[in-house]
Parts: sequence; structure tokens; C-alpha cells
Amino acid sequence: MANYSDRELEKISAELRIDLLKYIKMANAGHTGGDLSCIDILNVLYNDVLNLSTENLNDPGRDRYIQSKGHAVEALYVVLAEKGFFPKEDLETIGRYGSNYVGHPTRKVKGIEFNTGALGHGLSISAGIALAGKLDKSDYRVYTLLGDGELAEGSNWEAAMFAAHNKLDNLVAIVDYNNLQITGSTSEVCNPCPIDEKFTAFGWGVTFVDGHNIPELRKKLKDIPITGGKPSVIIANTVKGKGVSFMENMVKWHHGVPDNEQYVKAVEELEYNLETVKNKANAENR
Amino acid sequence: MLKTGKLITGKPNLEVFSKMLIELAGADRNILAVTSDSRGSAKLVSFGNEFPEQIVETGIAEQNLVGVSAGLASCGKTVFATSPACFLTARSLEQIKNDVAYSGFPVNIVGISAGVSYGALGSTHHSLHDIAALRAINNITIVVPADNFETRQAVMAAAASDKPFYLRFGKRPMPHLFDQGASFEIGRASVLTDGDDIAFIACGEAVAPAFEAAQLLHEKGIEARVISMHTVKPLDNEAVIKAALECRALITVEEHSLFGGLGEACAAVLMEEGVSVPFKRVGIPDEYTVTGSQEEIFRHYGISAAGLYDSALKLLKSKLKD
Repeated sequence: MANYSDRELEKISAELRIDLLKYIKMANAGHTGGDLSCIDILNVLYNDVLNLSTENLNDPGRDRYIQSKGHAVEALYVVLAEKGFFPKEDLETIGRYGSNYVGHPTRKVKGIEFNTGALGHGLSISAGIALAGKLDKSDYRVYTLLGDGELAEGSNWEAAMFAAHNKLDNLVAIVDYNNLQITGSTSEVCNPCPIDEKFTAFGWGVTFVDGHNIPELRKKLKDIPITGGKPSVIIANTVKGKGVSFMENMVKWHHGVPDNEQYVKAVEELEYNLETVKNKANAENR
Repeated sequence: MLKTGKLITGKPNLEVFSKMLIELAGADRNILAVTSDSRGSAKLVSFGNEFPEQIVETGIAEQNLVGVSAGLASCGKTVFATSPACFLTARSLEQIKNDVAYSGFPVNIVGISAGVSYGALGSTHHSLHDIAALRAINNITIVVPADNFETRQAVMAAAASDKPFYLRFGKRPMPHLFDQGASFEIGRASVLTDGDDIAFIACGEAVAPAFEAAQLLHEKGIEARVISMHTVKPLDNEAVIKAALECRALITVEEHSLFGGLGEACAAVLMEEGVSVPFKRVGIPDEYTVTGSQEEIFRHYGISAAGLYDSALKLLKSKLKD
């Protein structure tokens, strides 16, 4: 794995956001808001945390990533493309007739482990994979990304109980806590809070992270288990639509696609952000 | 040739399954049983005692049971996810669809005490929808064994397969219908007795009453063909068409709703093939079942030797094929 500096990872995040908008615009579909809220997490996972690459994709000892909030698939696609799992141009076919690039993750796409998208499935699957690791005395870890709205699915809590009971300290759940779901504010739709206390009560190690702070994500995602003998949950405070001013914290961007004018404005902002990161890097290297 | 004489009662298919699993697990530590507080009813207590490392308990949580099983299977484990059919195929249907069948991992979904096995416990505990629900899901083989022999064969086939399976077991002791050396192939119906007056196409615990009805009909000079359609999906279309062409009437028999089960599957094959034959489906009609034991419920809805005998005579009389 390349040994990136924090600044280099910030630059990759900035580039990924531009790619993300480009392919969502081309497909004229996508879960833009949620993609932007989890892209930094995915960037850090794939570029700094997971023992997972095109070289070890069939190695039983590889780390696993299961995206339970499957609707944010475009974020996963651009990260996998950046990691060389497939050519970036493939993403021009997202959602097109006959394309392998479906609007939710499928194993047709290299690097994707499970077909997800129905919510409340990823944690059980991940617990099964984590248990297999324990049975085989393999030291891989399993990371899964959950939405905060998704926590209303009861199956999550079946899995949470099971994972703690089986002491699956190789299992890491990340909650993309952007506090918005399709109907509105998560706390108003069916309040999942306090998320930390719920997981603590279920027997998990719990921590919080700023889901857009690269150095903090790097530290928290690697410092596992949070508590020995317990599964870990990292509650990532995130902003839905992060990086595009008019999309941030606005529920209409859950699966909104920018029109031409909005797209130009969004890309301007994201490119400005990329330039800012580059300038900071240059200043530091001087 | 029709076998005559009283059938010898064997074990419940479920018990055969659990014995098989012990045999398999002894030779392969990747064989896992996953249960949802169901090891007692699944007859897996001995298995758990003998192989404590190879039994996974999820508690009463069927959705998690299937999700965890899919995760385990994705890591190369041969998983038998075992739970009462009524809960397993309804509550965790979405996990079966997405985590197992759509994702393509070879979990063996084992529905125990299926159909109306739970008898007077009532409709919450009956699974009369499972075949219909799973038939509409792509990439899962549905096997409903009739006796101990077919159970053994089905478990071996499922363990060796790299595709998802649904195995459906009842809990009452089953008569031995097939000899040990009989042929068995997934996707190929087994002809239990040959005849060309009427054909019974049945599956699971409904095969035995069809066989008994054939014996009664034989005494009347009517020769019935009894087919065990152990694999409901993929269906052996050829066997259905052949039976319809060679026999004067055809009756399907199943411990399942008349909606979406074996009977409708056979009817569709015949319609598409343009084969017309006097035809009747016997199963559970569109109602919550009468209270009673499995045997009483079977008798109530005509899934019995006497009931099927009557149905056969009526069908032959009323709609004689030219």
C-alpha cells in the first residue's frame, strides 16, 4: 500500500469528489448526498487501512469491506476505480442498459464482495465473515459502513447482539452519521440516538470520529479493536453533501442530480477545494 | 411395477439430515450448522455436542441467521442454516434473496418442520408459502425429499454444490419408499411406481399418501404412476410432459398452498407444451388450515390415501381423455 501523507489523502478525496459528480451527472442518477458524506471514509479505508488490493483479492486472509448502505455505491465505484480495480471509463456506463455498474453494489464489479442495497443486511454478513476469521484463526478485519437511517432496521440489532456475544473484535462498523435520510432529519423520522449508548449497551466498543478529518479517520479506523474482545463501532460525524455548499445538509440531495448550471457550480467549488489542498501541499513542501 | 404390502416406517427425514451432518462434519471441519435456538427441533443437539466448534447459534434471530450464514459461506464454509421453515423462509426471505441467492453464495437453507408438520400449533407455524416464495427467487435449488433415502441424497448433493439450496424437511417418521440403490439426481424426478392410467406427481411427505393411493387403485385395476418430484426447482419438465402424454389423468400432491407450488409449476409446463390432460391439484386451499395434527390436516384436505384415491376416481370418471 502506498504510504500517503494526510495531505495526499486529502488531495485524493478532493479528486474523488470531482469524479463522483462527473459520473452521477453522466448517469443522471445517484445518491449524491450520501456519496459525499462517506467518500472520505472510503478513501481512508482503501488507501490507508484495508489490507485489500487488486493483488490479494482472492486471498482468504484479505481484509473485507461490506457496504451496508449500498445506495452510496457511486462513492465505492470511484474509490475502487482509483485503486485500479477497473478502468475509470467503465463508470461512464453506470445504470446504462446492460451495464455491470448497477445502482447498488453487486459482485459483477471487481472488488465488491456482496450484493447489498437492501438496508440492514451488511452487519450480519460482516459478522459471519468475522466469525469465519475467528474459526480459521485468520487475523483479517471486516469493515462495514452503515447509514444512520439504516439503524432503524431491526436486523442490525440482531447482528449487534450476535457480534458482541461472539466477541468479534475483528469486526468494525462505521456509522455514517449525517443525520439525514430520504424523508428528513434522522432524529425526526425515527430517532436512532443515542447511537453510542445503544451500541455500548449491546457490548460494543464505541468511539466517535470527524468523518471528514483525514488524520483523525486514519487513526480511528486503525486503532482497532477499541476495546479488546468486543466488536467496534465508529460513529462518524459527517455532513450529507459535504464539499458542495448548496448540497450540504439538504435532504433534497439524498438522490438529487445537479442540473447543468448546478453541476458547473459544484465542480467549480470542488476544483477550488482541490487547488486549495494542492497549494497547502506545495507550501508545506517548500 | 407397483410394490405391494405395507411400507416399513423409517426415521423422520430431519433425523436423517442430522445424522448425515455428523458424518459430513467429522470429515470436514468447514461444515457448519447455524441455528436460531432451533438445535433441539432440528435434532442437532448431538451434532452440537460432538462438534461444538462447528455449530453457530444466533438465538431467535432468523434474519441474522441467514446473513451470518452468507458471510460464513463467502469465506468457504459449507453452511447449513437450519430453522423452522415457517420463519426461515418468511422473516429472512430478503436475506435469502440478496445475501445468498443474488450474491451467489452456496448456503444450504434448511427449513425444518415444514408444511403443516407443527399441526395444531397452527398457521403461524405452518409453512405453506415457502416453495412459492423461493420458486420466484433466482439461483436457488429447491429440494423436498420424500423419504430417508432421498433425504440422504439431497443433503449430499447440497453439501457438494457451489450453489444455494433450499432443503425442506418434515418431522414425522417417513416410510421407506425407495431402495438404497435407487437412482437420484437433482433436477430429475424419481418414478416410484409406473402406471399409465393416472399419474400422481408429488413431493416431500405427500409422496407416501400418493403411493398408498396407488396401491388402493391397483386393487381396483387402475395403474397409477407415482412420481417423486423431489426437486421442485429446477422442475423436471420432461417427466411432467411424459406423464401427461402417457397417462389418462394427472394429479399433483403437495403439502403447500395451491398457490405457487408444485401443482402450478406442473400446470405451467403442460400449458406451454400444449399438452391437455384431465388435471387436479391437491394441496392446501386458500385458507388458514383446520386445527389438527399433520395427519388430520392431510386427511381434511384430501392429502391421504383415501382422499387421493377418491380424487383419482372422480377425475378419471368426469374427464375421460379420448
